[in-house]
Amino acid sequence: MLGKRSIKTTAKQQGIRLAVSMVDLTTLEGADTVGKVRHLCAKAVCPAPTMPEVPSCAAVCVYPSLVGVAREALAGTGVKAASVATAFPSGQASLEVKLRDTEDAVAAGADEIDMVISREAFLAGEDHRVMEEIVRVKEACGDAHLKVIIETAELGSYDHVRHASMISMEAGADFIKTSTGKAASGATPGVVLVMLEAIRDYAERSGRAVGMKAAGGVSTSKAALHRLVLVKETLGDEWLTPDRFRIGASSLLNDLLMQYQKTQTGRYSRPEDFSKE
Amino acid sequence: MTTPPEVRSRIVWDYAPAPESPDHVRLRDSYGLFVDGDFRDPLDGTRVPTLNPATEEPVAEVAFAGPADLRRAVESARRAQPGWAALSALERSKYLFRIARLIQERARELAIVESLDGGKPVRESRDVDVPLAAAHFFHYAGWADKLSYGVGGRAVAPVGVAAQIVPWNFPLLMAAWKLAPALACGNTSVLKPAETTPLTALLLAEILQEAELPPGVVSIVPGDGAAGAALVREPDIDKVAFTGSTGVGKDIQAALAGRPVSLTLELGGKSANIVFEDAALDQAVEGIVNGIFFNQGHVCCAGSRLLIQESVADTVIGKLWERMGRLRVGDPLDKNTDVGAINSREQLERIQSLVSAGEEEGAVRRSIACELPERGWWFAPTVFTEVAPAHRIAVEEIFGPVVSVLTFRTQAEAIEKANNSTYGLAAGIWTDKGAKAFEVASALQAGVVWQNTYNHFDPTAAFGGYKESGFGREGGPAGLRPYLRVT
Repeated sequence: MLGKRSIKTTAKQQGIRLAVSMVDLTTLEGADTVGKVRHLCAKAVCPAPTMPEVPSCAAVCVYPSLVGVAREALAGTGVKAASVATAFPSGQASLEVKLRDTEDAVAAGADEIDMVISREAFLAGEDHRVMEEIVRVKEACGDAHLKVIIETAELGSYDHVRHASMISMEAGADFIKTSTGKAASGATPGVVLVMLEAIRDYAERSGRAVGMKAAGGVSTSKAALHRLVLVKETLGDEWLTPDRFRIGASSLLNDLLMQYQKTQTGRYSRPEDFSKE
Repeated sequence: MTTPPEVRSRIVWDYAPAPESPDHVRLRDSYGLFVDGDFRDPLDGTRVPTLNPATEEPVAEVAFAGPADLRRAVESARRAQPGWAALSALERSKYLFRIARLIQERARELAIVESLDGGKPVRESRDVDVPLAAAHFFHYAGWADKLSYGVGGRAVAPVGVAAQIVPWNFPLLMAAWKLAPALACGNTSVLKPAETTPLTALLLAEILQEAELPPGVVSIVPGDGAAGAALVREPDIDKVAFTGSTGVGKDIQAALAGRPVSLTLELGGKSANIVFEDAALDQAVEGIVNGIFFNQGHVCCAGSRLLIQESVADTVIGKLWERMGRLRVGDPLDKNTDVGAINSREQLERIQSLVSAGEEEGAVRRSIACELPERGWWFAPTVFTEVAPAHRIAVEEIFGPVVSVLTFRTQAEAIEKANNSTYGLAAGIWTDKGAKAFEVASALQAGVVWQNTYNHFDPTAAFGGYKESGFGREGGPAGLRPYLRVT
């Protein structure tokens, strides 16, 4: 039922604007440079200069070494600087290294930290080790918001997705996040729904509202709007805000802009109408 | 530094109306009876408007058959039957394949008309009714040249002329369930659509014409209950297949007593949907919603008796109530509508009277708060808790968007309660334990048992009832048997 909502006309326009405001514009490549990150920040602050009603993105997400650049470029804009940390994407490092990684990113000015859980510990059944790491990283974050990536593609079942979501929230995650974007699949409708249901049940039990970030595989406007439908009909309108729902993406933003322009002009735009970064 | 485009303010998001446009649907102002290969004026019948239950406005005018019209239809079926049976199986299957493809070609139009005439959400007619109708013709087209394989390798012959009567809840789909196996087996048919929903059957008649089906092989004669009663009393029929209420089914069985006419009945139900404590509860809630609110609950196999294990009853009822609050009730043609209009005023009154009985007997009623349109017939999705097994709402078929919740403590009690019904059409089992599911399924007296899903239909699966839910099976190879003489 939820997979089949028809989003047209004004609902499409508003939905796209909302989705833009939730984008964590992301670059996580070995070839990232200061220049690339600056360009990306400018794009996040003002995605479409010709369409001022399109809001800023929520955050720019980079590797720890480039957080300082992002922080500087985003100062005063309301767009957050986010950094991956904890031996992203595999998480295969000692806790000391992970904590140091986090501290570095926070010291460089990260507003938000995207950590990965230790799938090695999770799949071996050592929940306490997974939770312990999250608790320690959360301490290292200080005021920075913590998003916990459970990397759904490596967990093997919806039961595991739900369980990993639950222990992450118990351990103090501000957001739970599907994927690193480096695995075979990402924020499929199924895993997003399971995680949203976990958030709903946790909120009911504990009274604490945890956010959700869908990352990986959401590259079209249609996919993004569909994820918003899941949020709206599982958690309700209170979760339809960048404070509680994010979409991690790189190529999605331009598709959103192209589709938005189409709702304005009635014509399909060309990819070259918008800057790549 | 780049300046942000605007101060970030809360963006409010709701779905805009997304109505399916009926503009390209070309309905005639008036439809005759489809008899002997053509639309004809009634000999002694009448012409009656058929109403849109969402607006109470007429959609088109339709001829209702009188006794002479029924006689003429049966005679044409009798004349056509030897020739149809004598066709090579390959030729018969080619007609069925052609009908299936034409249904697909006109899918959008059929879906819209089904929703206009019957009130069901267009999402359902588009995604369920019409594709499944085509799938049934495809399935039985494939059986036409393999009939004896469907009955254990024995020799087969067609039964002859079938009188087929279908209900108003799935007008096109039920016509397909009836016609496809009958034709594949070499029978001819006189089909009577329901009084309130004749239109898609008449569009199907146009499709039969376009497929150049030989005259008389299928006649489609709309009419009311009296026409149905007269049709089953026609002397020159060999077979009656009826889907509808248990009361009418009993009347038909009495009428056929002592006559050499074979009968299959698919009647009412009060199907148990059983949720065990080890089920995936969110998934179960979706299944409960689909089980009872699909097609406004106008489903003979609807999961209208919800049996929840006591240890999770509060959780499941809480989740169900929250989920129900997100159902979108309204314009059947809007693609985002989940629950459409009640099919007729008469049916609405029946639902209202049973719901009042439930309240009087002391069950706790909760209906979701939703704006219902002023015109048309509507009923808000409703759940009854504190239901005792003896209450009327736990026993009688409501045939509307109303679910009665009962609880149980043990597996044995669940089975006992589920089987404690005069009906036995379908059941649902929600558990993550495979062994438990099989054990319970084999103990249930129900023709269809779904595990961790509900209202899931497929042309390859047999469908039919135990006890007062009827007898005979439709779908799959079992669905061939009622239309064959096996020697």
